[in-house]
Amino acid sequence: MASANYYVPHTAKWPIVGSIGLFLLVSGFANWMNGSTIGPWMAIAGAATVILMMFGWFADVIRESEAGLYNDKVDASFRQGMIWFIFSEVMFFGAFFGALFYARIFAVPWIGGEGTGVMTNSLLYPEFQAAWPTNGPAGLGGDFKTIGAFELPLINTLILLTSGWTITMAHWALKKMQRKALVGWMLATVALGVIFLFLQSYEYVHAYRDLGLTLGSGIYGSTFFMLTGFHGLHVTVGSIMLLVIAFRCMKGHFKPDHHFGFEAVAWYWHFVDVVWLVLFLFVYVV
Amino acid sequence: MKRTNEMIVGLAMVAVISVITWALFAVGDNMTPGVTPFSKDVYQLHMIILGIVTVIGVLVFAAMFTSIYLHRKSRGAKAAQFTHSTKAEVTWTVIPILILVVMAVPATQVLIDMEDTSGAELNVKVTGYQWLWEYEYIEDEIQFYSALDRDSNYARQIGATRDPREVENYLLEVDKRVVLPTDTRIRFLLTSNDVIHSWWVPDLGWKRDAIPGMVNEAWTLIEEPGIYRGQCTELCGKDHGFMPVVIEAVTPEEYRAWVDSQKAEMAANDNAAERTWTRDELMTLGADVYAAQCASCHQGDGSGLEPAFPALAGSAVTVGAIEDHIDLIMNGRPGTAMAGFGQRLAAEDIAAALTYTRNAFGNETGDMVQPMRILKLKNGVVEGGVADTGPAGL
Amino acid sequence: MTTQTAHADDHHHEAPKGLARWLFTTNHKEIGSLYLIFSLAMFLVGGAMAMIIRAELFSPGLQLVNPEFFNQMTTMHALVMIFGAVMPAFVGLANWMVPMMIGAPDMALPRMNNWSFWILPFAFLMLLSTLFMPSGAPASGWTLYPPLSLQGGNSFAFVIFAIHLMGISSIMGAINIIATILNMRAPGMTLLRMPLFVWTWLITAFLLIAVMPVLAGAVTMLLTDRFFDTSFFNAAGGGDPVMYQHIFWFFGHPEVYIMILPAFGIISEIIPTFSRKPLFGYTAMVYATASIAFLSFIVWAHHMFTVGMPLGASLFFMYATMIIAVPTGIKVFNWVSTMWRGSMTFETPMLFAIAFVILFTIGGLSGVMLAIVPADFQYHDTYFVVAHFHYVLVTGAVFAIMAAAYYWLPKWTGHMYDERLGKIHFWWSTISVNVLFFPQHYLGLAGMPRRIPDYAVQFAEFNMISSIGGFAFGLAQLLFVYIVIKCVRGGEKATAQVWEGARGLEWTVPSPAPLHTFDTPPLVDDSLEHKDRLPS
Ligand code: HEA
Ligand code: HEA
Ligand code: HEC
Ligand code: CUA
Ligand SMILES: [Cu+2]
Repeated sequence: MASANYYVPHTAKWPIVGSIGLFLLVSGFANWMNGSTIGPWMAIAGAATVILMMFGWFADVIRESEAGLYNDKVDASFRQGMIWFIFSEVMFFGAFFGALFYARIFAVPWIGGEGTGVMTNSLLYPEFQAAWPTNGPAGLGGDFKTIGAFELPLINTLILLTSGWTITMAHWALKKMQRKALVGWMLATVALGVIFLFLQSYEYVHAYRDLGLTLGSGIYGSTFFMLTGFHGLHVTVGSIMLLVIAFRCMKGHFKPDHHFGFEAVAWYWHFVDVVWLVLFLFVYVV
Repeated sequence: MKRTNEMIVGLAMVAVISVITWALFAVGDNMTPGVTPFSKDVYQLHMIILGIVTVIGVLVFAAMFTSIYLHRKSRGAKAAQFTHSTKAEVTWTVIPILILVVMAVPATQVLIDMEDTSGAELNVKVTGYQWLWEYEYIEDEIQFYSALDRDSNYARQIGATRDPREVENYLLEVDKRVVLPTDTRIRFLLTSNDVIHSWWVPDLGWKRDAIPGMVNEAWTLIEEPGIYRGQCTELCGKDHGFMPVVIEAVTPEEYRAWVDSQKAEMAANDNAAERTWTRDELMTLGADVYAAQCASCHQGDGSGLEPAFPALAGSAVTVGAIEDHIDLIMNGRPGTAMAGFGQRLAAEDIAAALTYTRNAFGNETGDMVQPMRILKLKNGVVEGGVADTGPAGL
Repeated sequence: MTTQTAHADDHHHEAPKGLARWLFTTNHKEIGSLYLIFSLAMFLVGGAMAMIIRAELFSPGLQLVNPEFFNQMTTMHALVMIFGAVMPAFVGLANWMVPMMIGAPDMALPRMNNWSFWILPFAFLMLLSTLFMPSGAPASGWTLYPPLSLQGGNSFAFVIFAIHLMGISSIMGAINIIATILNMRAPGMTLLRMPLFVWTWLITAFLLIAVMPVLAGAVTMLLTDRFFDTSFFNAAGGGDPVMYQHIFWFFGHPEVYIMILPAFGIISEIIPTFSRKPLFGYTAMVYATASIAFLSFIVWAHHMFTVGMPLGASLFFMYATMIIAVPTGIKVFNWVSTMWRGSMTFETPMLFAIAFVILFTIGGLSGVMLAIVPADFQYHDTYFVVAHFHYVLVTGAVFAIMAAAYYWLPKWTGHMYDERLGKIHFWWSTISVNVLFFPQHYLGLAGMPRRIPDYAVQFAEFNMISSIGGFAFGLAQLLFVYIVIKCVRGGEKATAQVWEGARGLEWTVPSPAPLHTFDTPPLVDDSLEHKDRLPS
């Protein structure tokens, strides 16, 4: 049924909608940060437009896919696209991990007087001793405590690992065309993602309210919240995508040999999973 | 026959390009050899690598122009069809590697020599501010600021009536020079109070960044007395082009004499804040302090640069409640370029600046702020441990 | 504009007309044209800013603009030229040429292709709008070093988000190019038969995907430091302003190769064509490109030798940087060898290509000088650096883009450009650009720092010469605009082959290239193989 020619859509109306949406979204944010009152409204309008665009765009793609317009080459292009997109995400996280490592290995020890930092320490921060976690010589944000690795974070690790397993089970079910099991495993995965997010927010509230740990808690707070925060954002997006795929499974989409949409989301989920493992290790454990 | 042709044209091309290159070098400026052992090493190194890359350039371009001259269709050249030659390709991989090694060896040597951190005889702490430098002689306990001199500052304004060409050492002169002894190993400790600056005097052979919250070190040993000029070289905002560095290198004896004179001056000023000042004294000192510390943002005539820098002429603060005005100058406005001067300036300077700004530019409040009042505040700040807002207060 | 000619088998129905056509197009040629037009517009905008810079620097003293605005011009000039002029120009060329060169019907992801482009005008709307904000445009240099950049006014958040948008656009564009090259090659078009332009773009796209997200991360940290109390770049909280520089240059150095590798590709197409001789050392060229890309990830700190790095780090980054001269040298030598014993003619594209090789080499050689750490203590942040990077960027990247424009204009428009005017443009540009940038070497060595609106009087002569060269070079580019418009509107009909010595699939389709090419993939065999270009 797949067509012989590479499918090239005639016109594309959604991208320009997406551009306008993105533009509204970010210029809304920018206005917001500058204290303008229309900022939030622009940002909301932008976000709504982007969501609309995604629905419309994906609907087009799904329709074309289900109509059999995509041959193997199109499928391969999608795969390439997804792989490189995930690679770009890896590099994005890399920047923040880089900041974490740089701060821990170089910046904080220098301020504490190690190596080339002798004079920095003795002239500017004679009282400061390098340690991790730290909120720096000025003690920005006041005293804080950190979240132990082997409490909630460990549970969260187990949850994400389990979700990696459930989505693989879903994939097997799809390959064997067991629709019921497929939907079940998908919903289980979504549920695990949501539980993860719930626990993560609980942890944030705890940090802000009881531990004194905030974004303003010096370099520790900065790296902690930016890394876990961006990860959380990705889990959120991933969960939504999983949910969409779950609905599609219910509607009878996908075939054992033709289900790239499913696979793309699964890859994404695994990527989010791996980021968490690295994060767990370097943010919480060591 | 073709071979000889290529040889002859090639040699001619080498000759022509060499002449052009020589002319280019002859008309232009070159790096200064400077006055320290390190700067001389750097100059040597610069000449070596410049020589090497020039020769490479001349040879490559000569080969190219030979080909352009000989192997053109209009001369009836027939295209050969060779596509590669392993021998040639290996050659022009290996030879550049060797050349690079030749360059890397002296470079490494000079760098390692420079890292010699032993035996500083004199420590000078240099702090960058937007847009002036502060110098502290750690052993001799001398401290002062050094900003663009008045003549340059006047001539540099848009629409200034004075031609920069008529100002001596335009933009390369300061109100107070850094005096340093020759033949002495000096260690600079560089840091900054606001943004990143970079301290550069070409004759010393290096520049080093002054980074807020960090201290960088750099060494020198000046071999010849003289006046050496440089500039800030890291973009630090609006007046980045207007924060020169001027060193006056003198013999160690003259240096000692200078230190003594500075100390005497400081001693004379020591209790300055404790006596009562006259209005005229405050206004005169105030004009100087204002020109050095404030004019870069608020402009010489107090008109400011809207919207970034408010005018002080008729400002709600300068003609308003005096307590608020004092508080603003002492502590600054967090999150803006308006820094707190409470730690930076002496009590009499602050008092003078306050008095001046409340009575200049048409602000006729008639108020006078006595240094004693500021001194008490300053001591209060220290005793009470109230944190200053600027990074300097950390 | 260029592609209206109906093609016999044009099965394209109900194509929208007017603006809608450009807004909704998924066609790689139309999107390529959009990119190229956008890039030309931005080149004029960025160039106008450069003209303001040069006018203020014409003589000592402040005459035209205040220092704050000068810094805004420096910053915006660089951002507009890099992200608005050079990068989109290369993406536009890739859009037009890559599918044709590998025998693909279109880009792999046509809808996303449209999106990649249409984000850009919005990004630049945001960026340029900051010029009209009360606090003005960003003024901290294109490198946006904190803490200075954090002092910016309202424009700050807009600039950061504009950079995010540009990043999204570049990443999507790059993904598309990689997918196209890896997935859409015609049968027989093996990797090692691909034209070098395709190869260099494949590697460039990889660099883009690897480093644009890092830039996004760096500027995001700036944003949170400014607005959300984080202290990544604040030593008081345990961060470090220098950390930003490391992250930025991890992006920034590969970025400069993003701006030169496609240029290498273009030159590697043009020189063989006009030498009527196969490219010398094709395989070596491919490996050299890959090595340059690899090395570009481990040299970033050569922009920061003066921040006070430990000795070992300085040495490592110096050696790594110097090594890049080897693969780049291989390229230069191979171009010269391609010309050697060829049968050359000197149409405008070839003239620009030759100027590229010479002037880029000059820029590269000064780059090697900058890599020498102790010497860089003197060169750093002076006009010597400004001279270096304009040689590689203007007479490198921009000259290559001009060469490409002349080379492929007949294929795009179906008309030959005016050769006489093209030659005038070439000579005028090449002479003036050297008057513009060569004296800047002297200025740097004599001690003139960069990013200053006013200077000591001993720098007056060379600044004046440089400014005169700058104005002349600017005017020459107006001639270029005229030549392009003239060529689009008419001129001598171009044949499919266009250039006598040209080889490759793009020359097998008619000129102007019909909207759809290679709907059924061509079979590629040795006769089209790039390394075995034969003279006709
Ligand atoms: C297209 C862009 C481009 C390219 C290709 C390059 C290429 C190179 N650059 Fe450049 N560079 C910039 C754009 C570019 N640069 C920019 C924009 C900046 C400033 C950023 C800012 O601060 O705003 C900069 C700054 C910059 C610095 C920092 C200077 C400073 O701020 O103090 C350094 C230091 O090492 C450097 C080095 C090099 C080197 C070694 C190469 C090499 O790749 C060059 C290799 C080429 C050759 C060497 C010529 C050909 C080779 C031969 C003929 C073989 C034989 C040669 C030898 C054996 C020597 N560059
Ligand atoms: C691809 C990148 C690119 C390109 C193409 C250019 C092109 C030019 N650049 Fe730029 N430049 C940079 C990248 C680039 N530059 C970067 C990265 C910096 C560093 C910024 C920083 O420090 O942060 C910089 C900085 C920089 C400086 C240093 C500023 C400073 O340190 O304060 C100068 C000064 O001469 C300069 C000049 C020029 C000139 C004259 C051109 C010319 O080639 C431009 C020619 C084009 C035109 C002029 C447009 C066409 C004509 C018109 C629009 C009509 C008007 C014409 C007339 C009135 C005659 N550039
Ligand atoms: C680096 C630039 C800079 C310097 C130097 C500087 N100021 Fe300011 N000043 C500012 C800025 C910016 C503001 C506005 C702060 C704000 O936005 O509230 C300001 C505000 C003020 C105000 C309040 C004006 C008003 O109407 O709100 C006074 C008074 C003042 N400065 C006095 C001084 C004095 C006196 C000095 C020197 C001792 C000085 N400033 C040095 C940048 C500077
Ligand atoms: Cu201080 Cu530039
Ligand atoms: Cu670099």
